Amino acid sequence: MIESYLPVLVFIVLAMGIGVVPLLAGFVLAPRRPDQDKLSPYECGFEAFEDSRMQFDVRYYLVAILFIIFDLEIAFLFPWAIVLDEIGLFGFGAMAVFIGILLIGFLYEWKKGALEWE
Amino acid sequence: MSELIELAWIVAKIVALVVPLFVAVAYMTYAERKVISAMQLRRGPNRVGWHGLLQPIADALKLLMKEVVLPSNANRFLFVLAPMLAIMPALAAWAVLPLGEGIVIADINAGLLYVLAMTSMGVYGIILAGWASNSKYALLGAMRAGAQVVSYEIAMGFALVGVLMAAGSLNMSEIVHAQAGPIWNWFWLPLLPLFVVYWISGVAETNRLPFDVAEGESEIVAGFHVEYSGMAFAIFFLAEYANMILISGLAAVMFLGGWYSPFHGLPVLGPMFDWVPGIIWFCLKICLFLFLYIWFRATFPRYRYDQIMRLGWKVLIPVTVVWLIVVSGMVLTEFGPWF
Repeated sequence: MIESYLPVLVFIVLAMGIGVVPLLAGFVLAPRRPDQDKLSPYECGFEAFEDSRMQFDVRYYLVAILFIIFDLEIAFLFPWAIVLDEIGLFGFGAMAVFIGILLIGFLYEWKKGALEWE
Repeated sequence: MSELIELAWIVAKIVALVVPLFVAVAYMTYAERKVISAMQLRRGPNRVGWHGLLQPIADALKLLMKEVVLPSNANRFLFVLAPMLAIMPALAAWAVLPLGEGIVIADINAGLLYVLAMTSMGVYGIILAGWASNSKYALLGAMRAGAQVVSYEIAMGFALVGVLMAAGSLNMSEIVHAQAGPIWNWFWLPLLPLFVVYWISGVAETNRLPFDVAEGESEIVAGFHVEYSGMAFAIFFLAEYANMILISGLAAVMFLGGWYSPFHGLPVLGPMFDWVPGIIWFCLKICLFLFLYIWFRATFPRYRYDQIMRLGWKVLIPVTVVWLIVVSGMVLTEFGPWF
């Protein structure tokens, strides 16, 4: 079955090439007249007064963590969903316990306000 | 030698898919401007060529002739890499989408998982673009876009689990086969809440209105791609529209019966439409979803960021979890004509 993935690999390489070719064409065909003002960061006409790699809101970090947890849950749900009609009621019950535990965590973060963006 | 021929055949198939896809992307921008114009009682582009039909080509040529500015503080390598990372997954995901009975480039078993992996890759392009530009607006836009895309991916993933339960396979062709029959046999009906959730998350995943805070022109200029110009900008633009077509294609495959005609298997109407090739039905379904995209853009005001996050986490995820339980009940009791 592994050889059926060959077209996928070829496609990924070609898709990357499709990104490279227009960009190269742009660099070749377009003018290049850089000057200091053109290359400075765009901040609505003002000079940038500090580096832009500054502090950022911790909530973005929180969302990223929640994403990892829930994506993992989806990874567990995929195989279960495919064979659900074979594993029957017992499989359903086992997954219900798993989702129940996860939902308790979800409720906890909901009540804690981790999902609030005032 | 035979391997070489095989490889050439694969490349030929990919080219045969990508060229029409690029034409579709170009004319999607034209259709978008035309349809929004019609909704706002004006004409839209109508000067370049017959009814403005050459407008996308003129736009592409103009962008090709514009300077690609590399900002002085940017990380050059990542800055150039970001647009490639944005367009690669939008195109490569098409490898597993069946366009008709047996018309698929790679009929792999883990098709849906591959699609999910590819759509997740798109966020790398956005984050890298925003970070590498070294501009405050770009960084802020990238953060917003990253958090938004990642949040809606959860809801989308849950909606796809419902499709998996109904179809019993990750293979995209099998998913379509599981929906064989007239329009009420397709998964949109038993999975209606998941279909709605999938579509809303799809619109949010592609950063389209009403969820386009990531590039909200009036708030943070253009978001993660402020510093991009010329062809580098054009690649982001292409990627966005290719992603829209991809999300529409996935919706058609997973909820609207892929290449099946809406009258498939009916006594009189079915044979009447048998001569229409499946790929036509598939394209029509994609067009329906693309029209919805444009319609949303023309009619809805932009959501606020906190509203977007609330919708993603507090509305869509609970809805999907409840409906997953309902669907598993339906699967276990072999309810209706579907499972």
